[in-house]
Amino acid sequence: MRVIGRRLALYVVTAWVAITVNFVIPRLMPGNPIQTMIGKLTNQVTPQEIQAIRSAFGVGLSQNWFTQYWHYLGQLVHGNLGVSITLSTPVTTVLGNAIPWTVGLIGVATVVSFVLGTVSGALLGWTRGSSLDNLIPVATFFQAVPYFFLGTVAFLIFSNHLGWFPGQGAYNLSLTPGFHWSYIASVLRYGELPAFTIILSSIAGWMLGMRNMMITTVGEDYVLMAVAKGLPRRRVIWHAARNAVLPSIANLSLAIGLVVSGALLVELVFNYPGVGDLLFHAVSNEDYPLIQGIFLVITLCVLAANFLADLVYFSLDPRTRTAAVV
Amino acid sequence: MKRLRLPRSPKVLVGVGIELFFLVLTVIGPWIAPYNPSYNGFAQNLAPSAKHWLGTTALGEDIFSQLLNGARATILVAVVAGLVATLIAMIVGISAGYLGGKADDGLSMLSNVFLAIPGLPLLIVLDSYLPQADRSNSLILGLVIALTGWAWGARVLRAQTMSLRNRDFVEASRIIGESRWRIMTVEIAPNLLPILASSLLFTILYSIGAYVTLAYIGLTSTSVWNWGTMMFWAQANNAPLVNQWYWFVPPGVCIALVGAGLALINFGIDEFINPRLREAGLTSKVLRRAGLSRRVRLGVTPVLRETSSPRRIHRSLQAGVQR
Repeated sequence: MRVIGRRLALYVVTAWVAITVNFVIPRLMPGNPIQTMIGKLTNQVTPQEIQAIRSAFGVGLSQNWFTQYWHYLGQLVHGNLGVSITLSTPVTTVLGNAIPWTVGLIGVATVVSFVLGTVSGALLGWTRGSSLDNLIPVATFFQAVPYFFLGTVAFLIFSNHLGWFPGQGAYNLSLTPGFHWSYIASVLRYGELPAFTIILSSIAGWMLGMRNMMITTVGEDYVLMAVAKGLPRRRVIWHAARNAVLPSIANLSLAIGLVVSGALLVELVFNYPGVGDLLFHAVSNEDYPLIQGIFLVITLCVLAANFLADLVYFSLDPRTRTAAVV
Repeated sequence: MKRLRLPRSPKVLVGVGIELFFLVLTVIGPWIAPYNPSYNGFAQNLAPSAKHWLGTTALGEDIFSQLLNGARATILVAVVAGLVATLIAMIVGISAGYLGGKADDGLSMLSNVFLAIPGLPLLIVLDSYLPQADRSNSLILGLVIALTGWAWGARVLRAQTMSLRNRDFVEASRIIGESRWRIMTVEIAPNLLPILASSLLFTILYSIGAYVTLAYIGLTSTSVWNWGTMMFWAQANNAPLVNQWYWFVPPGVCIALVGAGLALINFGIDEFINPRLREAGLTSKVLRRAGLSRRVRLGVTPVLRETSSPRRIHRSLQAGVQR
């Protein structure tokens, strides 16, 4: 329990750092981009909205930083992330529409990739030195390709050229979204290729990590003992794999951030209406409230996922329950 | 004196070869490019031909020239970011591991926080506030990327430092009264060399990805050619939709090759650090020649003795550590 408490404390501190970075960066950066942005906006928005932007980013305010910071935290507690400039909608509403798509796509793809990668890594580690090892350079290549590039190529070949998968977007636009089968089937169908891309890009990392741990584990005495006892091969592999998987799970919470970062861009390639697509929209239109809201929400989601992964790790590894090994 | 030498396995050789090729390209790329990459007076959307090896863009620019010019900015930013991030990782990691106590708590917390925050969104927030002039500056971009990418290395270095700090030779230097600074830089740091190298390669790999991604979403200056900017323009002009593969595939393949090369070298370092992996790296051919079965037996790690094996195997084993 103490270990879980320590991890939780870390995530709370991290969340606080992210929140504070969001506050400080606009106030520290040279050139005052917010002033420029307000200058461009004068004709498009009402004076009240400009006042709201000013108070959110601390431009032309007489209050000191401490008062501003206190005000900013108060707004966050009330779930107020400001108003998107280009969409004239509260950032929370915009994000609320995008998040389910992202969580659905990236969440499922990450879990599938982790499970597949770990299982195949265990088998690779077991059959080391065989011709299966030739998979490793291939996996390395896919690991080095940026996700968005792989997505572009996959789209070009499988969707545009061969027509195996539907085009861009998240569902067939002629259907009315709702809880009926044709819509759900369309959502699944449109999600296949983006999910496949994310799995292909991220699987190599899990596979190589598991393979290396497996090779180390297979050399341990207790594996030799299991063989000496005459256990069937499958039991021995299971025996070794269960121990080898622990570092992989411990690393899971560190890798989630990287995978999510890469996967966000896959949405961009496929015009998938998730957070990644929104982020691109925000960046190309210099919509600062939206950029910051997205950063905060992604960070909080990743931290929550990290904590879940930690809980799984702690429940699997009995050593963490007695000693404070983190 | 130990001589450190990387295993001369095919993986490492291929990796080193790829990196050398691209390093040369970084230097001579802009000189050997047939045209000015920003000149847009050619016919638009030409398919590859003898005159334009990779065709032209929708704006009438020569794609091959852009590719050759793009190597410099991409690799320069990645190397700057990699070096700076490794330096930060060294300072934080070694001090945390060696000093222990309160200093360790604070520094570990710092690196854990940076590990937990997803890098790309943070990078985008930082970069979107940079003035336009700074977005073309390789040094500033490299620093910003380094800021988001040092934590992993610090963590690994801290762990290794902690295992070194109680070894006899460190204990001895403490007793003869060497200063902390000297122990950390002269006694401990050289022993971290393989891990430092691996962490440097890993950060360069991360930095290439980060830089190219920033360029791809249009957050670096579009006046500096790099492989990400090329893909940004390709995507903006719907190149994938109209089958203009020769516009966005070459920069992507270059990025992947540089990345794969770094990863292959890293395999060599991994095998150097962990002997069990090295033995797993022996190919079946070598094992057969040594009279061992191809299928590695359960629970047994094959260890080939230099004296009892034929000369060829001897050589392949030398590929490991030479003492």
